[in-house]
Amino acid sequence: MSAPREGAPDGAGTAPDPAQGPAEVVDARGLRCPLPVIRLAARAKDLAGGTEVSVVSTDPAAQHDVPAWARMRGHETVAVTKVSGDWTITVRLRRSDT
Amino acid sequence: MESSPPARVHLDNGGRAPWHPLAREAFLQALDDGWADPRRLHAEGRRAARLVDGSREAVAAVLGVRTEEVRFTHSHTTALHRAITAGTTARRRRGHRIVVGATERAAVLHAADSAGERETVPADRLGRADAGVFGEAVSRAGVALAALQHANGEVGTVQPIERVHEAARAAGVPLLVDAGASLGHVRVPETWDLLAADPADWGGPAGVGVLAARGHVRLPGTGPEDPEPWAPGGVSVPAAFAAAVALEAVQADLAAADARRRELVDRIRARVADVPDVEVVGDPDVRLPHVVTFSFLYVDGEALVTELDRHGFAVGSGSACTASTLEPSHVLAAMGVLTHGNVRIALDRTTSAEDVGRFLAVLPQAVAKVRETLGVRGL
Repeated sequence: MSAPREGAPDGAGTAPDPAQGPAEVVDARGLRCPLPVIRLAARAKDLAGGTEVSVVSTDPAAQHDVPAWARMRGHETVAVTKVSGDWTITVRLRRSDT
Repeated sequence: MESSPPARVHLDNGGRAPWHPLAREAFLQALDDGWADPRRLHAEGRRAARLVDGSREAVAAVLGVRTEEVRFTHSHTTALHRAITAGTTARRRRGHRIVVGATERAAVLHAADSAGERETVPADRLGRADAGVFGEAVSRAGVALAALQHANGEVGTVQPIERVHEAARAAGVPLLVDAGASLGHVRVPETWDLLAADPADWGGPAGVGVLAARGHVRLPGTGPEDPEPWAPGGVSVPAAFAAAVALEAVQADLAAADARRRELVDRIRARVADVPDVEVVGDPDVRLPHVVTFSFLYVDGEALVTELDRHGFAVGSGSACTASTLEPSHVLAAMGVLTHGNVRIALDRTTSAEDVGRFLAVLPQAVAKVRETLGVRGL
């Protein structure tokens, strides 16, 4: 697993903007733990392996819990960024074994 | 009798355990014999002073140091604050950097931020600082003080304080060891220059702490002048006496209590791992005998603590939603493990196998219920 890219400075992040809607973004802003992880997992269930999916969260616990979830599920965390109070964590989904 | 509800099972004994029966006895005795001000010269004052001196001697004997190297403070937190503030002030000509482990108590991290420039050595997945990395950090120029806990009270992992002390000594940097979660439960190595310990954690009273400083460590006053800068105004004599008596009592059967509780924790670790989607964290072997913590995926920690409480079980949690803050436990975060759905257990010496069995019977259904409430299925 490659190390996640971390700590882009405020305003200079490469995080997808949920309003512009690139590939797959789960908007979990305003939700508290464990809901951001639950919403992300629910979306991930319907996506193909190898897809990159981001979750945007205002809950600081998400920066720890999304990578922990990814590790437990065999997904790969590719980016953790914070832009003005919003955490964006992007994971690449594990390719199906079957 | 059969209709009475089952007794409460208290599994949240870290930092605040029920009093040891001998501590209670000692406290009551000291209310009669030690009410006077130990700084006065009359017979009543001298009697109170003898109780404090005897208490220091008892704690010193357990730590393997001289009586005059041990002081009582107003709490474990004030002992840590004073060790860091005074320890840093004493060495300000050498620098103002304070090297700490990432899983130190918040009191240590905050005191380091306030006293100097904090440098935090990361923890691995088990919650352990790397001795080599810590030693390198301590050896660089400008370091006033280093702080590494003996063991972590949230996850149980024991830190490599022997090796870190060796490096710190070679660099001439005093090492503060926080033994607040370990003294009274396991033997504490003598590899430290400053040590803080917590009577409320070993079955003594809250409202008193222990600060030990080896003779070569200078701790200048950092606040308004007082004859006892480590505890301005003096400590409660009954509290100090009860703390010392409790420590002697728990030391007397340390090995038996260790073996018994270590086995119960092994049982908890094995059974909890069978619940779907759980991470049992901390070192499974090199750990405190009585502490275990685990996190359930897709579970709200606050809801789980409340659900277990409803069934008669008191547990702790490092999840954000269970504290007054949005931030989860910095210890779990530093380890890179799941912070939500966290349950933290510290067994008391009186916790029975039956208590643990009842808890383990209730836990899986409590977790399932919280997940159901959150609508978690097939994730």
